[in-house]
Amino acid sequence: MAELTYRDAVIRGIAQEMQRDEDVVFLGEDVAKAGGVFKATVGLYEKFGPLRVRDTPISEQAILGAAMGAAMTGLKPIAEIMFSDFFAVCFDYIANEFPKSRYMTNGQTKCPLVVRTGNGAGSRFGAQHSQSVENWCMMIPGLKVVAPSSPVDVIGLLAASVRDPDPVIFLEHKSLYATKGEVPDGEILDKLGTAKILRPGKDATILALALMVPRALAAAEKLAAEHGIDCEVIDVRSLVPLDTQTILSSVAKTHRAFSVEENPRLCGWGAEIMSIIADEAFYDLDGPLVRITTPHCPLPSADILEDAILPSVDRIADRVRKTLQA
Amino acid sequence: MSKKPVTSTALNDDIGEDKRLELYRLQVVIREAEQRAYDLFLQNLVKGTSHLSLGQEAVAAGFAGAMKKGDLSFCTYRGHAHTLARGVPIEKVLGELMGRDNGLMRGKGGSMHLTSEEHGVMGSYAIIGAHLPIACGAAWRAQYKKQDDVSVCFFGDGTTNIGAFHEALNFAAVWKLPVVFVCENNLYMEYTPIGDVTAVPSPAGDRASAYGLEKIVIDGNDADAVYRAAQTAYDKARSGKGPSLIECLTYRYSGHSRADPAKYRPEGELERWKQRDPIKIYKERLKQFGISDDQIAKIDAEVKQEVDEATEKCKASPTPPLEILTTDVYADGGFAWRN
Ligand SMILES: Cc1ncc(C[n+]2csc(CCOP(=O)(O)OP(=O)(O)O)c2C)c(N)n1
Ligand SMILES: [Mg+2]
Repeated sequence: MAELTYRDAVIRGIAQEMQRDEDVVFLGEDVAKAGGVFKATVGLYEKFGPLRVRDTPISEQAILGAAMGAAMTGLKPIAEIMFSDFFAVCFDYIANEFPKSRYMTNGQTKCPLVVRTGNGAGSRFGAQHSQSVENWCMMIPGLKVVAPSSPVDVIGLLAASVRDPDPVIFLEHKSLYATKGEVPDGEILDKLGTAKILRPGKDATILALALMVPRALAAAEKLAAEHGIDCEVIDVRSLVPLDTQTILSSVAKTHRAFSVEENPRLCGWGAEIMSIIADEAFYDLDGPLVRITTPHCPLPSADILEDAILPSVDRIADRVRKTLQA
Repeated sequence: MSKKPVTSTALNDDIGEDKRLELYRLQVVIREAEQRAYDLFLQNLVKGTSHLSLGQEAVAAGFAGAMKKGDLSFCTYRGHAHTLARGVPIEKVLGELMGRDNGLMRGKGGSMHLTSEEHGVMGSYAIIGAHLPIACGAAWRAQYKKQDDVSVCFFGDGTTNIGAFHEALNFAAVWKLPVVFVCENNLYMEYTPIGDVTAVPSPAGDRASAYGLEKIVIDGNDADAVYRAAQTAYDKARSGKGPSLIECLTYRYSGHSRADPAKYRPEGELERWKQRDPIKIYKERLKQFGISDDQIAKIDAEVKQEVDEATEKCKASPTPPLEILTTDVYADGGFAWRN
């Protein structure tokens, strides 16, 4: 057991998989000699050498296209897109190429690759370097979409993503890189499509992802301490595949559901989950399904503005309390 | 060296009789199958869209003819020719165009996405430029695993103006990848003359120097010229010397796609190019080298019969069963995204 940062967990996860399988290769901008702009790939170049850890030009289409061609023909590439906002300049691969090739070719083409990216707000980078794009990815049939919130989940889910035969979008939260957590020694392998109950509770279910997970947990503690409200907090972790069973069982117990989403409101991931709950657990509910999200608005840069636009601990706690007490 | 006794010493040059007959046959297969695809469209048996390579047969035949088994082709929506040139059965191609169960992908891909990995056809891509980076990735795998196959990527003149072209060329040059980029310059991007929208006269050739590559512009209607250029580029790729970019001058006889009557072409242009028809040129070449009219006619007749038989099989084939509607979205064979 050791305490590790989320950032170092990324390094350990990639190293674990590269050590295990020579077909795992890694490419991206500034990832090799420089160790990544978030320092989340430091030491991999030294450890695995220039043939397996490769710096690329500023060519996001070439990065993802090359990853796909390599994956189709026998490698298991991990590609880094520095900021998830840049998905917009290579979205063809994410929306049209990776996810549709297997279907269109009647199962001939395989695409076992992972796209790692720095996602989310909190760094005061403004509207084009701070977005949460999980909902851009979740809506595309053929992709898998994962967003870990803790160091141990980073390693286990990254390993599961690399070993998965489908294309996986792996969203690392930029504001979590410096956070720490306990990580066991030895190989860590988790399972995609599994949510985790991080705090059991009986009064309401709060669903959260990535940076919103620690905030939802803090809000739950506040609600318990100040108002005697006992919330169950679920880290959704994997949007596709989605662990609806864990979510529905929780709602059957608490009769209330809230989502805490960093993505802007329209078509956010919580909307899909809430529609599933409405559809399949309507008669379990004692009140409205409530989504706590970033508004339908680009992200501002100034710290005071950025802090105000994202769901905060206070906003989450407030909204849950008011809804339950209404 | 030809294994059989040669009928003409002139035929015993770098290409040889066997290869020339193969190149001729490939071109006739493409011509006849494409013509049939068009006829079937007129009969409403081919639905959706289709982009024919009538007039551009020599490019597909020359590049495929010079490949080894295991080399990989990456095509565009105008990919029937390259797919057939790798030996994919005509029936499977026509069946896919007709949306039948005997089609290459059982109707799940259609005309623009022909793929047959067992023949080295690694996909036909309908988003302009998308497959150039993908071909780089396949070439990267060959380089990394020390395998000696070449990735060959076909695209049009219009494709040289999209970002992915430039990203891929730079990437391939910097990484010295065993990839060959083949631009089929048929003078038009869809309905617009390429010169109206391109800063340089040779859309691919004049871009080569920006990536440290040699400018190569060849006669794309002469299968021998294509074959020789392909061999040189493949040798370069296999010996670790990196990518090539080859521009082939050619012309498409039909419109851009099935919906296009091609009224934008200046009068006489089509007729001028038909005088340089690739099959006509190659027939004359064969005759110069002593191949008889009878031998040529026999190939023509065999191919026509093959296309007829393939057409009948497709017409007799059932349509795909609805059970395949949601198969192969994910690697587990299904489309489940939740438990
Ligand atoms: C990204 C993208 N933009 C536009 C189109 C529509 N489109 C299909 S084919 C084509 C023309 C391509 O011309 P060229 O590269 O010369 O190939 P050709 O069709 O002549 O073989 C266009 C604009 C597309 N499929 N993808
Ligand atoms: Mg063209």
